[in-house]
Amino acid sequence: MRRIPLSALIGLFITALFFLTAIFAPLIAPYGVAEVVGGVWDPPSAEHLLGTDNIGRDLLSRMIYGGRTTIFVATAATAISFITGAFLGLSAAVIGGWFDQLLSRFVDVVMAIPTLIFALVVLSVMPVTMPVLIVVMGLLDSTRVYRLSRSVAVDIEVMDYVEAARLRGEGRFWIMFREILPNALSPLVAEMGLRFIFAVLFVSTLSFLGLGVQPPDADWGGIVKENKDGIVYGIGAALWPAIAIAALAISVNLVADWVLNRTTSLKGGRG
Amino acid sequence: MSDPLVRVRGLKIGATIHPPGEPSQDVEIVKGVDFDLARGKVLGLIGESGAGKSTIGLSAMAYGRGGVRITGGEVFVNGRDILRLREGGLRKLRGAEVTYVSQSAAASFNPARRILAQVTEAAVLHGKFSRREAEARAVDLFRKLGLPDPENIGQRYPHQVSGGQLQRCMTALALCPQPDLVIFDEPTTALDVTTQIDVLKAIKDVIALTGVAAIYITHDLAVVAQIADDIMVLRHGKTVEYGSTDQIINTPREDYTKALVSVREIDHQEQPPAPPPVLSVQGVSAQYRGMDRDVLSGINVDLSPGQTLAIVGESGSGKSTLARVITGLLPPYKGRVTFDGHDLTPDQRSRPREDLRQLQMIYQMADVAMNPRQTVETIIGRPLEFYFGLKGAERRKRVVALLDQIEMGAKFLDRYPAELSGGQKQRVCIARALAADPKVIICDEVTSALDPLVADGILKLLLNLQKEAEVAYLFITHDLATVRAIADSIAVMHRGKVVRYGPKSDVLSPPFDDYTDLLLSSVPEMRLGWLEDVIAHRRMEAGGE
Repeated sequence: MRRIPLSALIGLFITALFFLTAIFAPLIAPYGVAEVVGGVWDPPSAEHLLGTDNIGRDLLSRMIYGGRTTIFVATAATAISFITGAFLGLSAAVIGGWFDQLLSRFVDVVMAIPTLIFALVVLSVMPVTMPVLIVVMGLLDSTRVYRLSRSVAVDIEVMDYVEAARLRGEGRFWIMFREILPNALSPLVAEMGLRFIFAVLFVSTLSFLGLGVQPPDADWGGIVKENKDGIVYGIGAALWPAIAIAALAISVNLVADWVLNRTTSLKGGRG
Repeated sequence: MSDPLVRVRGLKIGATIHPPGEPSQDVEIVKGVDFDLARGKVLGLIGESGAGKSTIGLSAMAYGRGGVRITGGEVFVNGRDILRLREGGLRKLRGAEVTYVSQSAAASFNPARRILAQVTEAAVLHGKFSRREAEARAVDLFRKLGLPDPENIGQRYPHQVSGGQLQRCMTALALCPQPDLVIFDEPTTALDVTTQIDVLKAIKDVIALTGVAAIYITHDLAVVAQIADDIMVLRHGKTVEYGSTDQIINTPREDYTKALVSVREIDHQEQPPAPPPVLSVQGVSAQYRGMDRDVLSGINVDLSPGQTLAIVGESGSGKSTLARVITGLLPPYKGRVTFDGHDLTPDQRSRPREDLRQLQMIYQMADVAMNPRQTVETIIGRPLEFYFGLKGAERRKRVVALLDQIEMGAKFLDRYPAELSGGQKQRVCIARALAADPKVIICDEVTSALDPLVADGILKLLLNLQKEAEVAYLFITHDLATVRAIADSIAVMHRGKVVRYGPKSDVLSPPFDDYTDLLLSSVPEMRLGWLEDVIAHRRMEAGGE
């Protein structure tokens, strides 16, 4: 096994920590998510390590549960965007012709509309539930994945081994998933790290604006929103989610960078 | 003799490689090489790819390409050890005293600047000549190199001249600063044979006229024999044999050199055509979409069962397009292709699987003809599974049998293409084609990317397999030596037409048509003075008309 650089190790460690906390939230969190246990904006103490929030709930517990929601939504949305985006991107590259044109121009149109505004419009007419949120985020993000996977696949599609598969009479699915996908995987995996972080930021933004995760469920963007007025009085509660988002973003990026470097230095891999 | 221009002693060159999944390691590419080169002489460096010939050539300008380091020895140019020079001293050396001509002129010229500006750049930059003088020199060199319209050709952009002309422009570029030494790195390898001969002649003349010394790097012994005074045969970074051209060609001492000289002596008895043909191309004309020009026009050829039909021609003659028509990647607009008595559907996508199975293809670049993420077992096994439904142990058994047939063996089952040598890759591609148990295999320049000895092995293998499996080959190539070795019938293609077609002995014996004559006489022969003879012969013929 090749040596993993220190930066990637740190990234892997922190990312793993975040995910484990998210998965085991009910075991780790000292209090319930909606449980009022103290006064408004109590300072940090032995019972409440991060203090309490704007209506007296334990901030640490809210952060842990909030992280769970945020990470779950972002992961699910990224998964949807990659499954749809990569599938359609590969199809467009393999089928080509009018199918490719139609899909690509449609994606161009969707991408021409700022994502946040698009999402706000859609979410304001739809019932804001967790599944709707995830699907909307995933589909909007899949346009980016579509463009990447299509451009990667178009390059691979002209290789002789793909032509050899065609001449053998292979079907489209074999060509897409057995010939092209394994060779397109490395840039896609690297991209996945970045898109996951964008998804975290996106769901936080939506929640901050009130169209994301709905109270009393917690998520990081929502916690910022609830506690933002405290900043005026010198209460730092709103800063904790910001720190968490930044830490997660940096650590996932460290891992993504490493994947990217590793695959570009691989002989015969894609540059 | 006084001090030579170049004097190399104990040259060692190393590099650090990073094999995937393993720690980096240092390897020695060149393991102690000595040679001398006098002023005005030409040294030929010859060897297969990976022999270190380019690396040694570049060491004469103290340059290591792509992470390569000169680790030991001495390289004297004009009496000083250039390996001890600092950056500033090297800059004075490179492009002024020693210059370089690369294999691909097209990739070396800046497409956005006029040729003349690029040809004179180094000479002016080094302060050897004023711009005016350099331009006059360039025009003079263009004339000496036999370029058309030497006064004005420099005003063109690189894409406005042909490949052979651009290669000559690059030679002018290298000679313009009046260097003492020019390194030619495979200058004619990428050219067609008929173009190669002109460039070769131009280079030889200009070397004689300017009195410059040269290091000529190539893998083609017949080519270097025309131009070099001395030849050094290299293998695995070591000198195999070093001597005068005459001695190397006529009385080689080492076995490896003997093998190089006698390469392509394959024994194949020509078969007469045996109708009915297994594959028949009838009146086929084809165009690429959006172009109003026939890439193929009125092609008629037949391939007899179990025989080899060679399609010969230069690049752009339409020979690969013919393969695309037959495989159904490019449906023709006129004519038909029949297989085993029935018509083949023009479009490959609607062909029955049985037709696809019977017609297999082997590509020029084995590197990109195999999926780098599949193991040898998957690559060869897939056609077995796809066409015959073989699975698991049964499939593996058949794959091993095929690996034995291509003289490789079961230990290669789990290898990835990146772990194979060039010749092994091509063998795996052959096995993949054989796995379908086809009647016809189209071989598209299958040996062009390989070293001569490796290519020979592949050709012998193909001939053996033909006997065993009764398979017919449609063999597309630009290499007439290959054709001589293995063909039963030959079709010579030129500008989308078949200009000569018939059994090998007929096609290769006079009287010739003009194009076939040009093509045949352009193939370098392994003897001294061949180039002069051909040129003299052509002058005589031209004068006699």
